Amino acid sequence: MNAIIALSLFGITNLFLGFLNNRKILLPATLLFVLIAFGLNLADWNHEYYWFHNMLKTNNLSINFTSIILVATALVVAISRGFGNDEEHTHPAEYYGILLFSVVGAIMMVTFQSLFMLFVGIEILSVAMYVLTGSDKRNLRSNEAALKYFLMGSFATGIMLFGIALVYGATGSFDINGIGNMVNQAKLQDIMLNPYGPILYGGIILIFVGLLFKISAAPFHFWTPDVYDGAPSIFTAFMSTVVKTAGVAATYRLLSISFPAVYGLWGNPLVYITCLTLFIGNITAVYQQSFKRMLAYSSISHAGYLLITVLAKTPTTNSSILFYSLAYSIATISAFAVLMVVSEAQSKSGKPDESFTALNGLATNNPFLAFVLTVSMLSLAGIPLTAGFFGKFFIFADAFSNVSSLFKTIAVVAILMSTVGIYYYFKPIIAAYLKKGDLEKIELSPIYKLTLIITTALTILLGIAPDLVKNIF
Amino acid sequence: MQQIPDVIRQIPLNNYVWFSTALFCIGIIGVLTRRNAIIIFMSVELMLNAANLLLAAFSSYKSDPTGQVFVFFIMAVAAAEVAVGLAIIVMIYRNIQSIDVGILNKLKW
Repeated sequence: MNAIIALSLFGITNLFLGFLNNRKILLPATLLFVLIAFGLNLADWNHEYYWFHNMLKTNNLSINFTSIILVATALVVAISRGFGNDEEHTHPAEYYGILLFSVVGAIMMVTFQSLFMLFVGIEILSVAMYVLTGSDKRNLRSNEAALKYFLMGSFATGIMLFGIALVYGATGSFDINGIGNMVNQAKLQDIMLNPYGPILYGGIILIFVGLLFKISAAPFHFWTPDVYDGAPSIFTAFMSTVVKTAGVAATYRLLSISFPAVYGLWGNPLVYITCLTLFIGNITAVYQQSFKRMLAYSSISHAGYLLITVLAKTPTTNSSILFYSLAYSIATISAFAVLMVVSEAQSKSGKPDESFTALNGLATNNPFLAFVLTVSMLSLAGIPLTAGFFGKFFIFADAFSNVSSLFKTIAVVAILMSTVGIYYYFKPIIAAYLKKGDLEKIELSPIYKLTLIITTALTILLGIAPDLVKNIF
Repeated sequence: MQQIPDVIRQIPLNNYVWFSTALFCIGIIGVLTRRNAIIIFMSVELMLNAANLLLAAFSSYKSDPTGQVFVFFIMAVAAAEVAVGLAIIVMIYRNIQSIDVGILNKLKW
């Protein structure tokens, strides 16, 4: 796991680069750091290693997740534009540094072997994100989002910790394989006669409440729209891609390694949670007036789709989750990239306008941005010839290949909900192409334009030839 | 001198479990009902300490030190969280001269 060590050092380096008084150097430097970490990560390919006294374990699955996280980070850094030219109120060196530190936390979450590292990883990621959410210090919405995120996030951490303590009490181990063995043995006896049975069950439930908070599954989603809405757009893009991917990966790792023996305990509640998440995420998104808030609800609904395949436990689950996370991340980042430039161009009295009406008439003077927006929306909605279509297709195929009839019901709910999704994902497209507006031509920096071209090209490429990536996963 | 794990073991394990569950529930109720950001924050810390106590008790009953090491991790991380959390609360106080979470309604809940 040299990527973790490297990224921690690079984060510190970034903080020192802030002394140079040269803001131009920060973005390329950070991008370079992320790419180096990407290379170091790939160096462990096809090997299974234990790191740091069995605290972390890398295998191909975790390397794939790490790669997706690093790709998403690189794209977010590339569209950050150095965090503006406001010399006094922005601190780009610190932002890039904290961003790299939070990626360290995310990588720990996808490679953990001991619950120690799950906890520390979640905390590194979350504490960094609390700071970044509140980084727009003078904006009351950003303040409020930071406080809500902080209070809700630490509340969830407290719940998860109590769960970890209970599971430790029942199994005597923090190692996920060790816990898995103990749970298997406990299963052989009658679980309720075992004095530790209730403690184990309570612990598992509390851990999952904590994790579901982090991936914002309903009914633990209520903080998500507020926090995503209030945070600066660039960090919202980071949160809805990297944080979500890491959270889903951590949940999947824990469920598939430690607790498959007690599927009966968490399987059914999680089925209802998945249906509720899909329902709330999609239905509430329909009523939103703000594009950014709609994207927040859409991220809730995508957590629902990802949970389906986590639950279905078919042999193809690994590759489905990976493909969906990748497709969702690149589409979301390009949507946020368009949102950021348009909302700043349309800003009223210094505040960016993030409603759908800000996109009116985008296509007349900015055909490129309108096209990027269209492709990303189609991908999120799951229209064929985009990556999102195959992401959803693989997940529904997993659900149907599970023998339990319950999964056919979930798949039907999910398909119905994705048709609802088409309605609200077309709102920005309609605004951009059919409504009249007076948006001027927006100048894009070369790296920004290049990033948009890359994300759009990837979305279309994966929509035409999904096997290119699917075979690697 | 008596070993500390022996002292801990003089009280039955069940009592520790019930006591820390009670602390944990007080913490949850505090988070859900209080309106002052500092008090909510204190309640969260109470939840973390409930977990600490439980880990220490289990660890001495199992004669396994890893549980106690986890307690140190939790303390260190909680200290980092306090630093960030209090900074956020101070930032809000500077802007609106209050830390009542009820006033923060610019974003719909």
